[in-house]
Amino acid sequence: MSSDTKKVLFGPVVDNNPIALQVLGVCSALAVTSSMANALVMTLAVIVVTAFSNLFISIIRNQIPSSVRIIVQMAIIASLVIVVDQVLKAFSYQLSKELSVYIGLIITNCIVMGRAEAFAMKEKPGVSFLDGIGNGLGYGAVLMVVAFFRELLGFGKIFGMEVLPLVQNGGWYQGNGLLVLPFSSFFIIGLIIWAVRQWKPEQVEKD
Amino acid sequence: MSSNKETFGRTLGFVLVICLVCAALVSIAAVGLKPLQTANKLLDKQTKILEASGLLADAGKDIVGTYNKRVIAKMIDLKTGSVIKGDVNAFDERSDSRDSAKSTKPTNDIAGLSRRADRAVIYLVNNEQGQLETIVLPIVGAGLWDLMYGFVGLAPDFNSVQSVVYSDLKETPGLGAEVLNPNWKALWPGKKMFNEQGDIAIKLVKGGAKKGDVHGVDALSGATLTSNGVERTLHFWLGDEGYGPFIAKFRNGGLN
Repeated sequence: MSSDTKKVLFGPVVDNNPIALQVLGVCSALAVTSSMANALVMTLAVIVVTAFSNLFISIIRNQIPSSVRIIVQMAIIASLVIVVDQVLKAFSYQLSKELSVYIGLIITNCIVMGRAEAFAMKEKPGVSFLDGIGNGLGYGAVLMVVAFFRELLGFGKIFGMEVLPLVQNGGWYQGNGLLVLPFSSFFIIGLIIWAVRQWKPEQVEKD
Repeated sequence: MSSNKETFGRTLGFVLVICLVCAALVSIAAVGLKPLQTANKLLDKQTKILEASGLLADAGKDIVGTYNKRVIAKMIDLKTGSVIKGDVNAFDERSDSRDSAKSTKPTNDIAGLSRRADRAVIYLVNNEQGQLETIVLPIVGAGLWDLMYGFVGLAPDFNSVQSVVYSDLKETPGLGAEVLNPNWKALWPGKKMFNEQGDIAIKLVKGGAKKGDVHGVDALSGATLTSNGVERTLHFWLGDEGYGPFIAKFRNGGLN
């Protein structure tokens, strides 16, 4: 793998993370991180949508009239999201029931739109596809970290496996009620952004 | 070049082509995956019905087989309480309750339904010998955030509780959604819905039901509104505007 490919694919995971650096797509990161299984499925769904929307938009980038380009991007993204939602309903009914509207809301996830507009409109299809996967991975990495803390400290579980036995199930651990609620992700994402910027000071915005 | 692709006609053509391609893609996915989705939905429902009748553990992996062998679905008219003819598989409570021709406004809407479907499909579950063992009644009522859908399994006396199983809800995880916690569900078997006078007596008790209280179930801590919702849902569906007429008819000589 050449270093360029690597940069496009793995750059968004830490160096140019869509959530931590670009602060995009935070809203869905709040909603689906109460369990790691949900976060993982959401990650896969976003990777598929971002990768393919980048690919298709890049293929037709020279044909898209600039006056309607946002609408064309939306149409492509929306179709992909519906397809992903249908596939999930067909093959993983339980998870699609839990994620319910949030899969549909990938349409409004700024990461997908942002990458289409900022990257796929200028670059070749192959590298755009990788950029989509990379940004999906970056989104997913933050999602998984948030979900890890929320599921572990809120429900005492990791991937549904009991790690800290809860008081209500006869154990000793009192679940953290705050982390059960979606907005607690704000705190965790804030801490992640702080930690990443401590590690990579070049990400700190200049005043 | 760029002036060339910005003409009105070309833009319109381009958008039309994109729309057609996208529409085709979505239609193929929706139509092609429909059978699998319907099967999933049915399996999910059958699983919940078996769980409500306490047969899930016995059924193991063979949900469909066990369901077909042990469960008989019947459509009833809620107003008269009698069994009516109808396609039990095609019946959809949610679409019926939105249709003003097929639903009524309850006069005492304690379950927060706003409209209640006129018909319902109930499930008679037989034991291995073919005798009626459990009756599974679908229930729906408002929780904190939205309507909660589920099933209640009752012994043929319509009094002893087998289970209360929720299948679809949007309650807060860790609080209201604890209605799905196996430990809470395990509180239900053996409780009695009605007292000796025949009034609905089941209640959810904050701080925990007294030991030996056959009508009291522990309320969910931190989820008062969900607990109230569960209690009111049960009271509504066991009452006159729910399965009341059906229960009365059934007690007066079974289904026929």
